[in-house]
Amino acid sequence: MIPSRHMARHSQTEAIQQAIEVQELAPPSSGLLSSLRHWRHWRHWRQRALIPYLFLLPFLLLFSFFILVPLLYALWTSFFIERLIGGTTFVGLQNYQEVLHDGNFWEGVRNVLLLLFTQVPLMLGLALGLALLLDSQIVRFKTIFRLGYFLPYAIPSVIGALLWGYLYSAHIGPFAQLAELLHWPPPPFLTAAGLLPSIANILTWQWTGYNMVILYAALQAIPPELYDAARVDGASGWEIARHIKIPLIAPAIVLTVVFSIIGTLQLFNEPQIMTAIVPNLIQDHYTPNLYAYNLAFTNQQYNYAAAVSFVLGAVVFVFSYVFMLVTYRRGQR
Amino acid sequence: MNRGLLFCRARGMAKAGLLLLLALSISSYLVACGGTPASSGPVTLTFWSWVPNLQQAIDLFEKSHPNIKIKWQNVGSGGTEYTKLTTALKAGSGAPDVVQIEYAYLPQYILSGKLVDLSQYGANDVKDQFVAWTWAQVSSGGKVYAIPQDTGPMGLLYREDIFKKYNLPVPTTWDQYAQEAIQLHQANPKIFITDFSASDGPWFFSLLWQAGSQPFVVNGTTIKIHLDDAAALKVANYWGNLVKSGAVSTAADWNNDWYAALQNGTLATWITAAWAPSDLEGFAPKSAGLWRVAPLPQWSAGEQASANWGGSTDAVTTQCQHPAEAAEFVKWLNTNPESVKILTQKLYLFPSQKSALQDPSFDTANSFYGGQQVNRIFVESAQQVNTSFQWSPFQDYVFSQLQNQLAEAVNGKISFEQAMHNTQNAVVTYARSQGFTVIS
Repeated sequence: MIPSRHMARHSQTEAIQQAIEVQELAPPSSGLLSSLRHWRHWRHWRQRALIPYLFLLPFLLLFSFFILVPLLYALWTSFFIERLIGGTTFVGLQNYQEVLHDGNFWEGVRNVLLLLFTQVPLMLGLALGLALLLDSQIVRFKTIFRLGYFLPYAIPSVIGALLWGYLYSAHIGPFAQLAELLHWPPPPFLTAAGLLPSIANILTWQWTGYNMVILYAALQAIPPELYDAARVDGASGWEIARHIKIPLIAPAIVLTVVFSIIGTLQLFNEPQIMTAIVPNLIQDHYTPNLYAYNLAFTNQQYNYAAAVSFVLGAVVFVFSYVFMLVTYRRGQR
Repeated sequence: MNRGLLFCRARGMAKAGLLLLLALSISSYLVACGGTPASSGPVTLTFWSWVPNLQQAIDLFEKSHPNIKIKWQNVGSGGTEYTKLTTALKAGSGAPDVVQIEYAYLPQYILSGKLVDLSQYGANDVKDQFVAWTWAQVSSGGKVYAIPQDTGPMGLLYREDIFKKYNLPVPTTWDQYAQEAIQLHQANPKIFITDFSASDGPWFFSLLWQAGSQPFVVNGTTIKIHLDDAAALKVANYWGNLVKSGAVSTAADWNNDWYAALQNGTLATWITAAWAPSDLEGFAPKSAGLWRVAPLPQWSAGEQASANWGGSTDAVTTQCQHPAEAAEFVKWLNTNPESVKILTQKLYLFPSQKSALQDPSFDTANSFYGGQQVNRIFVESAQQVNTSFQWSPFQDYVFSQLQNQLAEAVNGKISFEQAMHNTQNAVVTYARSQGFTVIS
């Protein structure tokens, strides 16, 4: 008998209930309220209520200084135009209006969306497959594989991009040299048609291991009793993966998708590094983030760059939100 | 019992939290103290420059000026440094006292009022020691914003072995250069006469400079912009035709592929500046003895027009607390005979100082160039640089727009002529939006 989805869900709720029981605090004491004890009790209660905020304080301080204040400042600057001659003037939403009609910005958005819809599914499919394989009984030397897949993520993305720039090179790269030995034309990694797939490949290389580790950790948290029960019911490894593992790590999968949406739409490092190799193909607006960077630091259009950043933020928000909405609805059904 | 334990732990953690807060406030207090500058004792100046081994000259300066200490930092060359400099100047702190800036980028920093006028510290006294066009680019109406450090008069580096092998004379005009480019590529499809890099705006500008183009005439806040004048279109069409013919490569310069191409004979010439010969020794060591230098090809036979590419100045920023000492340093670095000798003969900067150009010890034979007296060609070139060429006060923007458009042209999406028209339109729009009065 194949373990039904219902069974899996039932066990999951049970496990969660158990967990709650273990963690739950003892109920508040009752009766025998001498005034002294009452006072001490109140003091304890007050201290305990304040303590969480004390712990939050370092975070809140750092968060507001390094995230909130700069964010608000950027928002504020996006309402102005600073001219080399004539100084700064308030222009309201004019910068935003310009962004919405800026062909360069939308060309960049198109590039990252193309990556989002091709590279991200591929990468996450690969990450899920690898995580399931590592979690299964059929693989030995798991630690070595886990580390091996994760290693590219540990390499700084700038170094990674440099490394791939060399591998892709049409003159000194190993693939090009191999092609030359065989009298083939050099592989078209860094051509107009090959560039986006080449960048997608770097991203997949770099981030598959990272996503795999998140999914693998989620798989490790599934209580093994579920597998025992499924096996007793005669489920195969594939069926366990399909009907128990994947449904149970769905929240982790959603998490990796959201991270990938955000990361892909904000792509910067790889194109920035590869500009040095193929500047004719990667222009200053190849991705929206690169565009904002060049506007601010090359063209000194700080105000406009701030507006571009906020519109990009809105695009990221819309895509993440729509995705979460869709998955939430599906979960409700 | 369960609860008691929990409470104890919470209390311990509260203590730890308090300690952490205390530690944080103490460390921030220490940081605040560390930032206060010392009021007495020797003055320390920070200096951003990407000239390798500059410490030799700095040591000499510190020896003769015991009250001034120089903290030299290499924060990256060219654009990398300007990005940091612009940001630090905009932020109001974090900029160096003294900074290396190329001629092309000076006007934008002068316009924003971030450079100290050095004439108040006697900078005009050293004016006559420098090549005329360099002084014209660092000063305006008696005010001096930087001291010229080095220059890049242009010439043609070429592979003598390749030209000999294919029986081609060294080109003296651009027409001849184009013909030989096609002949060379036909004789051996693996060889290109040179590389046209669309991403090197400053290089393309030096070609415009030589052709007599006058893209900018700046007069305060009024600016004449003519990036598509007849000379500029002549240069653009020339390179457009060469790119179309396939006789020049169009890869980006300043990367490993390009260094390899210069070393292994894929590129037969390099249209470049006086600082390049020593650079080339560094990134194409295996081609030693094969290179020679010739004057830049001319647009009409018999002409003697040259241009400048690169070269730098040293300026003092308005964030400097000790401008007098900083002014003394930039003057000394670029005029003291011993310092100039180090800069030009040990660090291979091409001089902006007249005396160094005439120094007989500067005119030495170089074995990498088959024993040729390389500097002699560039000294002649330095005298042929058009002195009235001007940069815009937003040259970063101009380069980035030009590079975008040239890339489109190289990719075959638009013509080279169209690229110049598009750049012109973009720059005019930008200049107007920045509050300039644009005349044409």
